[in-house]
Amino acid sequence: MRWLPNSIRWRIQLWHGLLLAVLTGFGFTAYLFHFENTLARLDSDLRLRLYILHDQLTRRPDMESTRKWQQPADEDARLASELFGLPMIEAGQPPPEQRLLERPEVHDAFPAKDGYYFCIWYRDGSPFDRSPNAPPELTLPARAASTLFRNRPGVREAYDFTPPGECLLVGINDAAFNATMTRFAGEIIGYGGIVLLLGLLGGWWVASRAIAPIRDISEAAQRIAGGRLRERIPVAETESELGQLTTVLNDTFSRLAAAFDEQARFTSDAAHELRTPVAVILAQTQLALAKPRTIEAHLKTIEMTRRSALRMQELIESLLTLAKADARTAEPPQECQLDVISRENLDHIRPLAEERGIVLHHDLAPATCCAPSDHITQIVTNLLANAVKYCRPGDAVRLSTQRENGHACLTVADTGPGIAAEHLPHLFERFYRADASRNRFTGGAGLGLAICKTLAEAHSGSITVQSELAKGTVFQLRLPAV
Amino acid sequence: MRLLIIEDEPDMLDTLAEAMRGEGHAVDEAADGEDGLFKATEIDYDAIICDVMLPVFDGFEVLRRLRKKKRTPVLMLTARTGVKDRIQGLDTGADDYLAKPVDLNELAARVRALIRRAHGNAAPVIRIGRVEVDTAAQSVTLAGEPVTLTSREYALLELLIQRRGKIVTRTQLYEHLHDEHDSPVSNLVDVHVFNVRKKLGQELILTHRGRGYTIVS
Repeated sequence: MRWLPNSIRWRIQLWHGLLLAVLTGFGFTAYLFHFENTLARLDSDLRLRLYILHDQLTRRPDMESTRKWQQPADEDARLASELFGLPMIEAGQPPPEQRLLERPEVHDAFPAKDGYYFCIWYRDGSPFDRSPNAPPELTLPARAASTLFRNRPGVREAYDFTPPGECLLVGINDAAFNATMTRFAGEIIGYGGIVLLLGLLGGWWVASRAIAPIRDISEAAQRIAGGRLRERIPVAETESELGQLTTVLNDTFSRLAAAFDEQARFTSDAAHELRTPVAVILAQTQLALAKPRTIEAHLKTIEMTRRSALRMQELIESLLTLAKADARTAEPPQECQLDVISRENLDHIRPLAEERGIVLHHDLAPATCCAPSDHITQIVTNLLANAVKYCRPGDAVRLSTQRENGHACLTVADTGPGIAAEHLPHLFERFYRADASRNRFTGGAGLGLAICKTLAEAHSGSITVQSELAKGTVFQLRLPAV
Repeated sequence: MRLLIIEDEPDMLDTLAEAMRGEGHAVDEAADGEDGLFKATEIDYDAIICDVMLPVFDGFEVLRRLRKKKRTPVLMLTARTGVKDRIQGLDTGADDYLAKPVDLNELAARVRALIRRAHGNAAPVIRIGRVEVDTAAQSVTLAGEPVTLTSREYALLELLIQRRGKIVTRTQLYEHLHDEHDSPVSNLVDVHVFNVRKKLGQELILTHRGRGYTIVS
């Protein structure tokens, strides 16, 4: 369809044009049909008048007077006269009382106003009778066996020959016929033109209306693509296909804008988290370089710088983990035993827990899921480290794994101080901290739980939290079991 | 001059305190909003450097509560540098606003300017008779000749000069020259006064017996 114009509006117009061409075809056919009909009617009128003339000629309204001038020349003529009824007469004008037009039947058939005329010739070609309105240049047609029609300039004529050879001719000026046909053609063209015009205008209007939303959509989409993410396509109505498309597009734009916002907030938070250790390093080094200092002071600067760098490294690792999980790089499926990983992690955290006076319990039933073991290790480490970090001496942390309804479940329950209800919905958000400021004792950037959630979801799992102040907190990880 | 620094990041707090002490200030430290507000209310600091993100209550809250009682100049310090944050800080009553990471020289200059303005001295150079004190460069000249003072001596001189015409008690001098960790015997103030007089002339600092010292403008 390369030859079609690209504009949808023009394609629609093209279809209108095609339909109107068909209509024009119909109009032309109708004209021809009407022309034939009218001509046939005209011809039958002519034929009827021929018949009337025949009839009147064969009749002898006044037998006596007819007989008076009826003097058959010979037997043939007499016979012919008998057969056809036209008296065999001598050349010359018929007697005035014999003029056919004076008979009422003929007079009725040829009223002056209708324009019908007639002309009759004897078999020898001499005129017998003619109506006064017959054209003077009228000539005797060539002899023929049946009724014939002929067109001469401006007239339509029908003629007939009697068996002996008299010629009867009836004609009519075709001006009226032509006028009728011209008027009919004018009507067809006029109506056709009006319909064409209305069709085009209507088509243009409908096409414009149908296409207007598309223009709005493309303009709005262009503006949005240009960076104005807050903008939306104006929705005039939601019923039509375009309305539904607009709604779908707007939803998509909203989700995109939200994703962009989240990304921007995340980047800003990450930058902010990096800024604090950078500030320490910059200030300490500036101080160290400002004037001569003791070795101890310099060592302190180096210690602080190293601490800040370690903190930055930790943050960068977390950010990378999140970015990788977000990108969902396809990895070959790996089986991973939750109970085995849990046992290893318990061994790692035990010294810290003992140092802080926290009791570790475990209840590890076999549970296998399909996920890279380093991801699961990271989740378990984060959950256990959090539990130990926030618990007070004497509190207990219980780690359990089990299979449950086709899921491999891992639960970390503590008897710590618990988390206030208002924080629970935000706990897995990136950089969210229950304490409004970073806590210098617990540290961390507020990414641990966000990483757990992102990793769990990357493997079609989920992570949930239940907590009650002064009673404790329960985190549960659920992954599809293998 | 005596400063209070409220900052929850231990390394940052250490660094700032060290830098300000290097500028000759006596520095007190607070690691959260509650402790900071307590100290700011109890002691007449010359200036307070306060972080915005603080445990217990944040820097804006410290400022709001402090302003109900005191006019101590406060410089807000934060990693948040949005215009909205700065406006909020200044509207809450902060005298200055500085974004992290800070340049320590800029911070020191801003603190000096805050202290000057708090005492109604816009110009950094103050002249009393033959003595000229440049509070920006922290240098002193006597009849055009540079004079070397220890940081304590300079601090004492600047303290008296910023409040020139007013009697400054020995307790006030003690409070503004020493931080919470110092415990020198109180007559050390008299030793500093003696040394300054020796270097800049006896007539500069007047003694009001039983009341304190003054520098006449």
